Parts: sequence; C-alpha cells; structure tokens
Amino acid sequence: MIGIVIVSHSPKVAEGVRELASQMAQGRVKIVAAGGVDDDTIGTNAERIHGALIEADSEDGVLVLLDLGSAVMSTQMAIELLPEDQQKKIVISEAPLVEGAVIAAVEASIGHDMEKVNAAAEAASTMRKLM
Amino acid sequence: MVTKEAVSKWLDAMTDIYLENQKYLTELDSAIGDGDHGNNMARGFKKVREKLPELQEKDIGGLLKGVGMTLMSTVGGASGPLYGTFYMRAGGAVDGKEELDLADVVALFDAGLGGVVSRGRAELGDKTMIDALTPAVEALKAAQEAGQSVEEALQAAAAAAEQGMKDTAPLQARKGRASYLGERSIGHQDPGSTSTYFMMKTASENLT
Repeated sequence: MIGIVIVSHSPKVAEGVRELASQMAQGRVKIVAAGGVDDDTIGTNAERIHGALIEADSEDGVLVLLDLGSAVMSTQMAIELLPEDQQKKIVISEAPLVEGAVIAAVEASIGHDMEKVNAAAEAASTMRKLM
Repeated sequence: MVTKEAVSKWLDAMTDIYLENQKYLTELDSAIGDGDHGNNMARGFKKVREKLPELQEKDIGGLLKGVGMTLMSTVGGASGPLYGTFYMRAGGAVDGKEELDLADVVALFDAGLGGVVSRGRAELGDKTMIDALTPAVEALKAAQEAGQSVEEALQAAAAAAEQGMKDTAPLQARKGRASYLGERSIGHQDPGSTSTYFMMKTASENLT
C-alpha cells in the first residue's frame, strides 16, 4: 500500500488535511504531514519533508500532495536527499491539496497502485461541487 | 590561497549584511512578492551563525554543505531550496579542501549557479537571482583566464553581480510570486538578485 505525504506552507493546513484524509482511509494508510518551516513559521522545510518521506516510505511508493510555490522546490530537494532507489518510488502529484489528499487516501486504502491513486487524485481538479 | 578561516569570515559577514538589510530586502519583496525575503534570509543566516562553530570542524566542502542543509530547513520561502542547493553544490565542488585557489573559487560558484538553475528552472532575464549570479560567475571565469588574483576576480564578480542586480529593475518577472504581477513587476529591483549581490560583495571582501 502506498504512503502519502502532505506538504503545505502552513503546519496547521498540513495537519488538518492529514486528519481529514486519515479519517477517510480509516487509519489503513500511512499519511504524514510536513507543513511549515517549523511549527510556528509559514513556509516549507526540505528537511522536514525529507523526514516525512522516510516515515511514509513503503514498497509501493509515496505520493506527495502539496500546496504551491516553494513547496515544489523544497519537495524536489527532499527527494534528492534520499538514496536513488528510494527516489524513484516517490511521485509529486498535480492534484489540488485537500480534495486530492482525500481521494488519494481512499484509493490507497483499497490497495490501488501509485498510477491509479495519483490519476484519481489529479482528476479532482475537474471535480464539480455544485451540480 | 583562501583559507577555511576566510570562508567562515565570509559566512559571518553575510549574516551581518542580511541582518542589516532585513528591512530593505523585505521592502523590495513587498513591492513585487510576498514580502518575506528579508526575514527569511535573516532567519536562515542567524541559524548558520549559530551552527558555525560545529560546521567549522569540517573541510570547506563539508562546511558549505552544512550551510546548505541549514538554509533549506530554516529559510522557508523559495530562497530556502534555492540557496540551500547553491551551497550544497558549491560545497560538493570543493569537497575535502582545506584551502582554495582561484580555480576552486571558480568551481565553487559555478557549481552553485548550476544548482540554482536546475532547481529553479529560471533563465537569464527572468528577473531572479540568476541575473546577478550568472554575470558574477562569468566575471570569475574571465578573470581566471586573464591570470588575475582571487581578490581581483572576486572584485570583478561583485561588480558584475551589482550591475546584474540593477539591470533586473526594468525586467518583467517570469518566475515566482512576482510573475503573477505581469507588467506591474517592471521598475522594481528583484530582491533575490539583491541578496545574491550581498553574497558576492561579502565574498569579495572576505575570501582573500
């Protein structure tokens, strides 16, 4: 089963999204939050993300959902700090953070592989809310 | 030859210059970005100063890589991974060295520039730190070919970085938060190129 890492500039957003997604996955998926420079400072921290990637590591890979701006560069840097064989198993998703994380958690919890989970999460960007 | 003590002095002088210009960098960033560049650089280098005694125990390569690791985990904005990558790659270019000659200095800054380019995927003229760093590295290489001293080479590099920084003002931003402003970014000097100029200025004053 794949692991999931939530990256946000805000530690509260990352933790909140982790909480929401975990509830949907009923605790079956390893979901780790990596928000903020530290617990009080808005920003992203490659070292913190690196730690989260290790914590969420699984044979089936880790999917990263993130907010915007420096979250991408910090995540790429965090990935480069991992051993090469582990780097290949990590995918950064284009999905919107909240909806993408919820869908990814559900898809991962039913045992889908990385490609399927990420495709479902990314499809959230066109998901209608008002029918 | 540039000693490890000189490299430490450079890092210390950079901490001073970022603290002294915290407000100035934030003002530049408030005009076209999210207004955190001064605070971010000051926070990062305060941590570098704190860790310097411990980092100094390594060779120059290890010292600079330690600076990179510190910045990537404390700066927070886009400059965290960008300067983090700069110092990690710069350190990688001078691995195991206890002192540097001009060829090492050129390799250090050239590798750092390569890291920033691959991390940020910006090009010359995008109104970023690349616009100050690229002419600085070109000046270093030209000085090396002309057989100049480390001191002369770094002075030329600082002057080139300053010109590159000033030349960002008329440019329209194509990267980062400033790019959302489109034409409104024109007329403002880029904060990232300014912090890069400070790096080159302090290098010219301390790496002797």
